[in-house]
Amino acid sequence: MQRIINDPNLVVEDMLQGYLKTYPWRVTGTSNPRVVKYVKAPIPDKVGVVTGGGSGHKPAFIGYVGRNMVDAVAVGEIFSSPSARAFYDAFKAADSGRGVACLYGNYAGDNMNVKMARKMAEKDGIKVMTVIANDDVASAPKTEPEKRRGVAGEILMWKVGGARAAQGAALEEVIRVAQKAIDNTRSVGIGLTPCTIPAVGKPNFSIEPGKMELGIGHHGEPGVTVTDLKSADEMAGMMLEIILPDLPFASGDDVVVLISGLGATPVMELYIVFNSVFDMLASRGIKVYRSYVGNYFTSLDMMGVTLTVMKVDDELKELVNAEADASGLVQF
Amino acid sequence: MESFKNADGKIIILDLITVLHANAAFLSEVDGAIGDGDHGINMDKGFSKTREILGDRTLSMSESMSELSSELMEGIGGSMGPLYGTFFMEMADASQKCADIDKVLFGKMLTGAQAGIQDIGSAKRGDKTLLDTLIPAGEAFHAALDAGKSFREALEAMRAAAEAGKESTRAMVAKVGRASRLGERSRGVLDAGATSCFFILASMTESITRLLAE
Repeated sequence: MQRIINDPNLVVEDMLQGYLKTYPWRVTGTSNPRVVKYVKAPIPDKVGVVTGGGSGHKPAFIGYVGRNMVDAVAVGEIFSSPSARAFYDAFKAADSGRGVACLYGNYAGDNMNVKMARKMAEKDGIKVMTVIANDDVASAPKTEPEKRRGVAGEILMWKVGGARAAQGAALEEVIRVAQKAIDNTRSVGIGLTPCTIPAVGKPNFSIEPGKMELGIGHHGEPGVTVTDLKSADEMAGMMLEIILPDLPFASGDDVVVLISGLGATPVMELYIVFNSVFDMLASRGIKVYRSYVGNYFTSLDMMGVTLTVMKVDDELKELVNAEADASGLVQF
Repeated sequence: MESFKNADGKIIILDLITVLHANAAFLSEVDGAIGDGDHGINMDKGFSKTREILGDRTLSMSESMSELSSELMEGIGGSMGPLYGTFFMEMADASQKCADIDKVLFGKMLTGAQAGIQDIGSAKRGDKTLLDTLIPAGEAFHAALDAGKSFREALEAMRAAAEAGKESTRAMVAKVGRASRLGERSRGVLDAGATSCFFILASMTESITRLLAE
């Protein structure tokens, strides 16, 4: 394992310390070492926005803590949900009295821990409402949306929800737009190599050289099909063919496109994919309103790419365009 | 003996911490087949931390279970944190007021643990989860009680049913959790949670059998 670490069992702890030292003007630790918050949180009279999830997805989740984005994040072990206590402490760190919007991804562990944390918060009189992202098209059929996982589309959900909360909206309104954002978002990924959890020391699945897995999960969940390695153009086409019919997206739609590397992909190659995606969308009459290309939601050292497309109307456009300042997303 | 002292039961928790630690790599390997391969690591982290917390303190079985539950719920997260945290919290709640633990009380502890897990999670029997170990184990224990068997015999029946239940997950297709979307591809391998649940019940059987013999 070629990695830059100390004790493999303490990678999350070590990473958090470094992260907090990097951005002291933006983020701070809390009494719970597994909760990171925006330095100004709780912001008076603003609905708190909270998320959380396993580590290994940098810049997600802590990288989205900041102005007009997420107020507090619960941090889990590598690829493992934060504890109920961490979610609860994140709620407390974010709540100004107007309630907390917990915007997170659909995974069994997160669902259970958020459910328990919500009960704990309610005893303290903190109102918590949730939106559970389920944008990964490959993870279950369209008829079973409750089984679909949340992936990079979560970033757009936080962007929209965070912007609406910053405008002073009530909790129900923040939840409505965050739900609308994720309902209009679809994602899919392609993996070219497996990833290795440092404490495990070896990849827990394999992708043969010259092959790729379409529909791979953010934790290395095996993809839906394994094929020969394709060109960037062909990959873009395969991903769009999964995403576009699912919403469905149609000619005349305006969309936000987010392309993320999975950790080991040269950023150069992400632009190659985006170039194809942009042109293919244009040829179908779909206009890219705004785009994000980079390492936004990764999977340790996996080589691969994810494509996320969100259909936007005027309301979503305004919220997507709002300023944001987080280490993973700076926008003016 | 047909019962043991709650006050003597801290060893039950210490024993299962040892067993989980010894099997951590194996559990991660089982998990790696259809999950993300961290089950053993995260379980071991929570259980080993509890060993430090328990230390030399004089604690009963129920108190030790409460400490373990708190550590799993607050420190571990994942799916197993809330599930096993609930498991041990329910066992502690059912037993904390009792000085002597007999077979009827242990049956209540098992029932409580199962009910707690079913309340927090969404899984049913046959979904390829730890319930496929826990439910048949509880049924076997209660069937043994109904048949007038001793505490030791009932525990052995529970252990055997837990093992058969764990093995039964090989033939199942996962319906919940990370492995569920693999559909047919999840068939043929053990479920990691069902496997760790077997280790826990088997370790408890061994420890309690020893306490009953003392």
